[in-house]
Amino acid sequence: MEENREGYGFVKILSIWIILFVVLALLPSIFRVSLGISHLYVKIIIKVLEWATLQIEEGVKKQKVLALENLISTGIIQREETSMEKEIAGHRRGHFSLADAMYFSKKGCEAVAEDEVTWRFYSEELVSWNLLSRTNANLHNVSWQLTIVWVFGILIRYCLLLPFRVCLTLFSILLLVFATTVVRQFPNGRVKCWLSNQVQMMCAALGVRSLGGLVHFHNRENRPQGGGICVANHTSPLDVLILASDGCYSLVSQTHGGLLGLVLRSCMQTTQHVLFERSELKDRHLVRKKIREHIADKAKLPVLIFPEGTCINNTSVMMFKKGSFEVGGTIYPVAIKYDPCFGDAFWNSTKHSFVTFVFNVMTSWAIVCNVWYLPPMVKEEGEDAVHFANRVKAVIAARGGMSVLPWDGGLKRKKVKESFKEEQQKKYCQIVTENGSMGNGSVC
Amino acid sequence: GEIKKETGFSHSQITRLYSRFTSLDKGENGTLSREDFQRIPELAINPLGDRIINAFFPEGEDQVNFRGFMRTLAHFRPIEDNEKSKDQNGPEPLNSRSNKLHFAFRLYDLDKDDKISRDELLQVLRMMVGVNISDEQLGSIADRTIQEADQDGDSAISFAEFVKVLEKVDVEQKMSIRFLH
Repeated sequence: MEENREGYGFVKILSIWIILFVVLALLPSIFRVSLGISHLYVKIIIKVLEWATLQIEEGVKKQKVLALENLISTGIIQREETSMEKEIAGHRRGHFSLADAMYFSKKGCEAVAEDEVTWRFYSEELVSWNLLSRTNANLHNVSWQLTIVWVFGILIRYCLLLPFRVCLTLFSILLLVFATTVVRQFPNGRVKCWLSNQVQMMCAALGVRSLGGLVHFHNRENRPQGGGICVANHTSPLDVLILASDGCYSLVSQTHGGLLGLVLRSCMQTTQHVLFERSELKDRHLVRKKIREHIADKAKLPVLIFPEGTCINNTSVMMFKKGSFEVGGTIYPVAIKYDPCFGDAFWNSTKHSFVTFVFNVMTSWAIVCNVWYLPPMVKEEGEDAVHFANRVKAVIAARGGMSVLPWDGGLKRKKVKESFKEEQQKKYCQIVTENGSMGNGSVC
Repeated sequence: GEIKKETGFSHSQITRLYSRFTSLDKGENGTLSREDFQRIPELAINPLGDRIINAFFPEGEDQVNFRGFMRTLAHFRPIEDNEKSKDQNGPEPLNSRSNKLHFAFRLYDLDKDDKISRDELLQVLRMMVGVNISDEQLGSIADRTIQEADQDGDSAISFAEFVKVLEKVDVEQKMSIRFLH
């Protein structure tokens, strides 16, 4: 009798859990209706984090623990913005001086102490602790109240949110595979297209919710139309998910193995995506040809491209590769900005595997982000692709509040091209050999 | 503690630079190799990048530890007024005018024989201008520079001559990096 009752009680709890699950999470996500629960949750987290920041500041005043001094992530050095001309030449153009090496050595050592590029490939340093263990710097010892909140936070995140999110993810992947297989059976036609679009959006929305995402879309009237190219800054694979939950796109991406590859391949069944190997990407003509064919057909979905080519940590927008801007067609820029204090969406692919990344995302508080759809842009007459790319880049960076860097995202893995060094040399040479002073006319 | 005394950096600066050191140390073995430096894009495009990287490494070695890292960066600390008068008996601080000049001298002096020969000057000049100037023109620049600086007629620039040529130059400003506290 005892066992029966226990067993019965267990089943009852399970069924309540399932009902709650379906009503509160699954159905709203599928039909993209918001119950306001996530918003409330985020507000609570914000309040908690603000309280934590105050606690930490008080703790700094009281204890003066040296480790806390590094909490504020200001830079190491302060650079003066001078140009090569000003520093080297001054009033003495056209003349080489032994002191010129000093300028280069100073610039070089400044770069050693702190440079603009390498830190963009690591997660952003937070201004204040966000109560996650991974960003902890022994801060949980500041006060006992903070420690309690921190431990409580760990319990909530790992024991409540994580299982919930894992369930949701599993369910959404199953649904995706099942639904795409079903839709594939339909005869080709408008019904099939519409269905596959709905399936895609639904699964993406579920996916976003299952990773704890809370997205605010702005300016939805500018959403990309068929036959265009959608361009966005890249921070993580979540970008794709987030955009896909609000519209249907054809992806241009490199092939992945493992879990991500499985998801990609399921999507391939019903929609046209363009997938490459990274090494094949070198064959730019092939890429361009495929994209051009795709956008020529207005009935096809807009193409989604991330011109940076790799994940950057969302503090800046790096060089846009000009390939997507040479093809023609209308460009729809989209700016995506994550709020770092709830969780880090940046995927450092050199450090973490995809599964580790997903685990980190699921055990953060949430992923809160803003997506701005920007008005479409077209290449102007006589404008070359690089200039156009920079124009689009500036617009996206301005909207998202990120800085603009001329450096190539490929520097994450590769070395700098020699041509940049040659540019520097050329510049210096122009200063040193001003015409007339050296006699032999223009050599530079 | 010792590093602080030797280099003059404050505690928080040392901590911050230490985390910079570890982030550059991809091999995670507590030392930096030349490749680690070359991974910094802004340094890689610097025409004198290789010479600067060389300045970090002690004679004949391929690894630099944190102490060496700090010592080299210490040359670029701005000179503070209160340091000039105190401690006349102790060793000269790393960021003194003389030591800054010495650092610049070593950038030119490729074989470390305390003299900048015409060849060495040519090589460094070549690094700075790339392929944009002919050998002839570069040679004449080098000759002129040595002529102006050379006082003892050995067609090479010694450290004393180097200092003399640059005595009007504001070395402190040209070779100081403003480190934040």
